[in-house]
Amino acid sequence: MTAVKQVIMGLNGDEAVAYAVKQCNVDVVSAYPITPQTIIVEKISKFVNDGEVDLEFIKVESEHSALSACVGASAAGARTFTATAANGLQLMHEILYITSSLRLPVVMAIANRAPSGPINIHCDHNDSMGARDSGWIQIYSEDAQEAYDNVIQAFRIAEHPDVLLPVMVMMDGFLITHTLQNVSVLDDYAVSEFVGYRRVDMIKVPAIHGDKEVYRMLNPRYPLTFGPLDLFDYYMEHKMQQIETMKNAKKIIKEVHDEYAKLSGRFYGDGFVEPYKADDADFLLVGLGSTMGTVKEVVDDLREEGFKVGSVRVRVFRPFPEESLVPLLRDKTAVGVLDRGISFGSYGQLYLDIAAHLYGRMGPILIDFVYGLGGRDMPPSLIKSVFREIIEAEKNPEPVLRVRGVRG
Amino acid sequence: MSELKGWREIPIGGVVPLSSLEYRTGDWKVFRPVIDEEKCVKCGNCWMFCPDSAIEWDGEGVPKPNYEYCKGCGVCAEECPVKAIKMVR
Ligand code: SF4
Ligand code: SF4
Repeated sequence: MTAVKQVIMGLNGDEAVAYAVKQCNVDVVSAYPITPQTIIVEKISKFVNDGEVDLEFIKVESEHSALSACVGASAAGARTFTATAANGLQLMHEILYITSSLRLPVVMAIANRAPSGPINIHCDHNDSMGARDSGWIQIYSEDAQEAYDNVIQAFRIAEHPDVLLPVMVMMDGFLITHTLQNVSVLDDYAVSEFVGYRRVDMIKVPAIHGDKEVYRMLNPRYPLTFGPLDLFDYYMEHKMQQIETMKNAKKIIKEVHDEYAKLSGRFYGDGFVEPYKADDADFLLVGLGSTMGTVKEVVDDLREEGFKVGSVRVRVFRPFPEESLVPLLRDKTAVGVLDRGISFGSYGQLYLDIAAHLYGRMGPILIDFVYGLGGRDMPPSLIKSVFREIIEAEKNPEPVLRVRGVRG
Repeated sequence: MSELKGWREIPIGGVVPLSSLEYRTGDWKVFRPVIDEEKCVKCGNCWMFCPDSAIEWDGEGVPKPNYEYCKGCGVCAEECPVKAIKMVR
């Protein structure tokens, strides 16, 4: 049941994200163009130029500066957005950690693209996986519609007083960013109501202001210092706050997802993982992003052939949704993990997390399928053959790491 | 020394409730900038470039480095177009 009026627009993923940003009462955007994210920045600057949105667009000379500008703006109390991909995200790396440790609720869209080199502009997840440990919440979208929905939810999650962490919204480069889709967009007023305006959190500084609380923001009247030296006496306490907050963020992610589902009529599993015919399946494929849409088709085909297969798409990757995922996987015969990334010398990143969270819990046979690097196609025929390998995993459990879709 | 606090008791994000006026970086320096008032053309470059905003300037006269905060980096001397700033020990 849809609660509010929506219109269907023909948008690709980048345009859908830009449209969401336009509706979210954003104060400051600073970004640097990089394929396949460029359309987001182009669209937003066009909205600004045409007076369709009232935000400050800060032009910069690099992604390092883009995120730095966002840090400053966010510390000054602005609702802040940026977007990037691959090499741009890598150039931001230093500031990623600074954003999350200063607890600034910046929202960033990532158009997943294989990192150089050799230079490639197409999709894989090694770019955002390289940012996995930086303290950002990470949400992976399946299509343009979800990218739109996720950006709107991201502001609410990031700025929630119990969270105050930056959020990355991922979408597959070209496969989502440049693919035109019918996207249902909410009415401007409904989105504005849903996200509100940024409300800066307050802190107590008894020694200076007594009982009065002050805004945790840069304000010459009540000066605060952001990012001072923090050595062995306090650094670890600040990291402990981040560890705890990531855990607690799950509650808020769920609340925001459910509230948005009521508003829009769209929900994504339980907000963390989206199972498809998983309950009675013996064999599962788990993965991230747009490929999981194709996987559903293949599940249907194989079900018709009599195989008890299913799939689970992981939507929220950080914080890792073990409470949602483990019960789905625990009792299966064999589970294949689709990784569009690889930690060289180890396994794909999703596999590593799933294996870690299943450890000691009587899990299924786990096999890691690395696929689609640099935009290599993942057609239904290949997914089908991956499923066959999972079905035969009891007979052939080795090797665990299997790279598929590569010429031998 | 005051007792160290636990992670639940301190503000998030490591913010410190003090302004940068409390951080006297002046004692870091080995060299201090001295402005030759005769040579200075009052362009304000040194004031603008100082990374610690340690140079005071009224917008008209000769700028004055504040040695309580000047950390002695020498950026001002490098940026002065008429070489009016000397770094002295
Ligand atoms: S030496 Fe450096 S810190 Fe001192 S006034 Fe010049 S620029 Fe500023
Ligand atoms: S940069 Fe040199 S000339 Fe310009 S105001 Fe400073 S000391 Fe004077």
